Amino acid sequence: MNFTLKIWRQKNQKDAGRFEMYEVQNISPDASFLEMLDVLNNQLVLQDRDPVAFDHDCREGICGSCGLMINGRAHGPGRKQATCDVRMRIFDDGQELVIEPWRAKPFPVIKDLVVDRTAMDRIMQAGGFISARTGGAPDANSTPVTKENAEESMDAAACIGCGACIAACPNSSAMLFVAAKVSQFALLPQGQIERKERVQKMVIQMDKEGFGNCSNNYACEAECPKGILVTHIARLNREFLRAKLV
Amino acid sequence: MNSILAFYYSSIGKKVLMSLTGLFLIVFLVEHLIGNLLLFANDSGKMYEAYGDFLVSNPVIRFIEIFLFLGVIVHAILGVILWIKNRKTRPVKYKYFRLKDNSPLASRTTIWTGIVIGIFLYIHLKSFFIPSRFTSQKVSSYELVMHAFSNPWYDLFYLIALLVLGYHLRHGFQSAFQTLGLRNKTYAPFLDMLAFIFWFLIPVGFAAIPVYFFFYHQAVSTMIMGVH
Ligand code: HEM
Ligand code: SF4
Ligand code: FES
Repeated sequence: MNFTLKIWRQKNQKDAGRFEMYEVQNISPDASFLEMLDVLNNQLVLQDRDPVAFDHDCREGICGSCGLMINGRAHGPGRKQATCDVRMRIFDDGQELVIEPWRAKPFPVIKDLVVDRTAMDRIMQAGGFISARTGGAPDANSTPVTKENAEESMDAAACIGCGACIAACPNSSAMLFVAAKVSQFALLPQGQIERKERVQKMVIQMDKEGFGNCSNNYACEAECPKGILVTHIARLNREFLRAKLV
Repeated sequence: MNSILAFYYSSIGKKVLMSLTGLFLIVFLVEHLIGNLLLFANDSGKMYEAYGDFLVSNPVIRFIEIFLFLGVIVHAILGVILWIKNRKTRPVKYKYFRLKDNSPLASRTTIWTGIVIGIFLYIHLKSFFIPSRFTSQKVSSYELVMHAFSNPWYDLFYLIALLVLGYHLRHGFQSAFQTLGLRNKTYAPFLDMLAFIFWFLIPVGFAAIPVYFFFYHQAVSTMIMGVH
């Protein structure tokens, strides 16, 4: 398959940046999106040009490093896929693909398609942890958890922190990400100690970083590679209100 | 006090205020529609006027009225503040941004539907609320309604405003419950069904009033003119 690529190039944070056009040929339909970019980069290196910088690590949809805006959709047009999960066969042969970095004020571009997502780490540092006893391992059955809560918590814990929810949101809101993290802990006995404090601190940090206000557009749920549901956002709101009022 | 301020300054706090004021306005809409259906009682407005007199003379209603005005103002101002804040969160825009593939249009147009409702409210209060409350000589509110809705352009404006209100609530009703944390997997399908009453049936109920009076007026004038 052949593609015309329109890629955002930006040398560093200060550079204004611009789109540049590239052509790639003979791409296997089974190649992943990142492999297609590897082919492009090999081509560029051979021509002594600067390869396109993009984030990636596991290439199997679990690390959350990759993340590209492909033709106006976070992680491309498919559902429940990270950019590394996207296969080239979902596009048309000869199609033009516009590739942009995540765009949000708290996500400044570092280079080309790589953005600084440490704002999300700072939200985690503000409250995304639990207190645990040190010492011998506790007896396995000493803290029972209901099946429903375990399942719901694990669903929330599937969040890989990729930032697609923020990138796809018309308001650049981080609510789905924060909701996934707050839910994960709020549903388990281990998360109870900091329950009230956690939700308040994480929301304050989220606001401080400059993420937008949620308008319940639900674009985040549609673009999340891990299928995190907006019902977790309702739980985040509930947890926040509970912490403030109760 | 400090924690109340912190609540207001938080993103969720502002949204909670919006949802509470929004739901309060929706409750008012229900009351307003039920009262206005008295216009359809075939008694030249006797019951409707009695209902109006009751509202004006009842101190409890007058008290709630203050909150109603406050509610609209707080809701509208917060809506605009949040919208402006949100527009600043993405200084470099996407070249391609296909929001229409992942979120409903109604959810992205609340600011515009809200502004149209605001303009409508201004005109609506000016034509009905102000004359029946603040003018010294007693005006018949039934005649006021009949007269206003005899103008087809005024009717058209009403119908458009109600369409827009329905669209605002198409998103707003379920959104308010989401914001208050009451929309979970069990309630969501029920809420979405209940929402139909609010975004469809209530605006349609209101729309029946100008339509009725327009045709009523047509019928009366045809009779007087003796055409047909
Ligand atoms: C005066 C003009 C109005 C303006 C400017 C306005 C503006 C807005 C805006 C911008 C939002 C979205 C807020 C967000 O998601 O960030 C909103 C939500 C909402 N509006 Fe309005 N609105 C107006 C009137 C009304 C009226 C008359 C009602 C009810 C009868 C109403 C009910 C709601 C509800 C229930 C929500 C959802 C709240 C939430 O998302 O939590 N609005 N409005
Ligand atoms: S909620 Fe989904 S889209 Fe958002 S950071 Fe987590 S995995 Fe990515
Ligand atoms: S590279 Fe790890 S999720 Fe895509």
